Amino acid sequence: MLERILTLLRRLGHSGIDAVWRLGYAGKFFFMTLISSGTSARRPHLVVREIYYTGVRSLIIIIVSGLFVGMVLALQGYETLQRYGSSSALGVLVALALVRELGPVVSALLFASRAGSAITAEIGLMKATEQLSAMEMMAVDPIARVVAPRFWSGVISLPLLTAIFNATGIFGGYLIGVVLIGVDEGSFWSQMQAGVDFKDDIMNGVIKSCVFGVAVTLIAVFEGFDSPPTAEGVSGATTRTVVTSSLVILMLDFILTSFMFRGA
Amino acid sequence: MERTTLDLWVGIFIAAGIGAILVLALKVGNFSFNNSDSYEVYAYFDNIGGLKVRAPIKSAGVVVGRVASISFDTKEYKARVAMRIDSRYKFSKDTTASILTSGLLGEQYVGLDTGADDEMLKNGDTITLTQSAIVLEKLIGQLVFSKAGNHK
Repeated sequence: MLERILTLLRRLGHSGIDAVWRLGYAGKFFFMTLISSGTSARRPHLVVREIYYTGVRSLIIIIVSGLFVGMVLALQGYETLQRYGSSSALGVLVALALVRELGPVVSALLFASRAGSAITAEIGLMKATEQLSAMEMMAVDPIARVVAPRFWSGVISLPLLTAIFNATGIFGGYLIGVVLIGVDEGSFWSQMQAGVDFKDDIMNGVIKSCVFGVAVTLIAVFEGFDSPPTAEGVSGATTRTVVTSSLVILMLDFILTSFMFRGA
Repeated sequence: MERTTLDLWVGIFIAAGIGAILVLALKVGNFSFNNSDSYEVYAYFDNIGGLKVRAPIKSAGVVVGRVASISFDTKEYKARVAMRIDSRYKFSKDTTASILTSGLLGEQYVGLDTGADDEMLKNGDTITLTQSAIVLEKLIGQLVFSKAGNHK
């Protein structure tokens, strides 16, 4: 009996130490990536190539989902607002919901599953096929050559994707609200402009998406770099990337929101 | 993929992203380049009702500024409202500030009615003529009271 309890405790301690070690390793990895970013600055083509694969290739999913999220927001918002006779506030509702919350969060979630998983799979497979070790043999630092450009491409791409998501979402809200339902166009835009502040709403959304960009791509490159070099390991790492980054996005969003939009 | 096409696509992507931010700033938000040019004046109100920081300040229906801060003054036991007004608009010293409501249930704002004084309000001045927010409960109370008086 005592022996069993001791084993259980030992197992708990082992997983605790493991978790802390992994966190520390991730922190060290982040630091190493930042230090090794010089190559990316000297050879911007490396980053541009990755922006193509992470950013440009994610455009379709971002634009389509932005459009639909905006349209659904307008439909649902109108349904509720017209009960109180204030359907003219539809524009400000759609814009604030998108710019403050839905834009940064939904684009980060989409980005994590569209681009983050791809980054993890690519780096994991490079590791499994010993391309990373081969680079080291040739005195090429794999963190500088492989990891840092992907990291920076994600950090650059996500805020831009979020801005595009917001713009298409508001356009979708306009399509449904003004063109289809027939809310007055003047009050739609003017209430939106009166209610949305550049610094408090739009810039805070941009800051959020920058933070999410760092978090998502860091998790993606770390999971790839740390994955066991087997087929199973790579698939597990890809799953972990999507799960961990989704949870981290939602948690960070809560923390950032509670700092940015409290009271006032 | 060839390098030039790749560069082109990334260029389009970055331009679209920056364009989207600009659209958000100009079309959706109230971003203006001359928002630093403003002056602050103060007003004391007996009751501000539901006035909030960043509520608009209107004169003749036009937004001329925003409420910068609201605090409670323990010397006068009144609410002290700091108002940041665009320096394009000048108001006379005897301007009346009143707290009004847009629509029946709309947001509250500060309305400025200019007076006849030749001197203009400067940064740091205090508006002395103020009219407090109308509190619906008090209004109903007065109505009930006056109705009761009429019956006699």
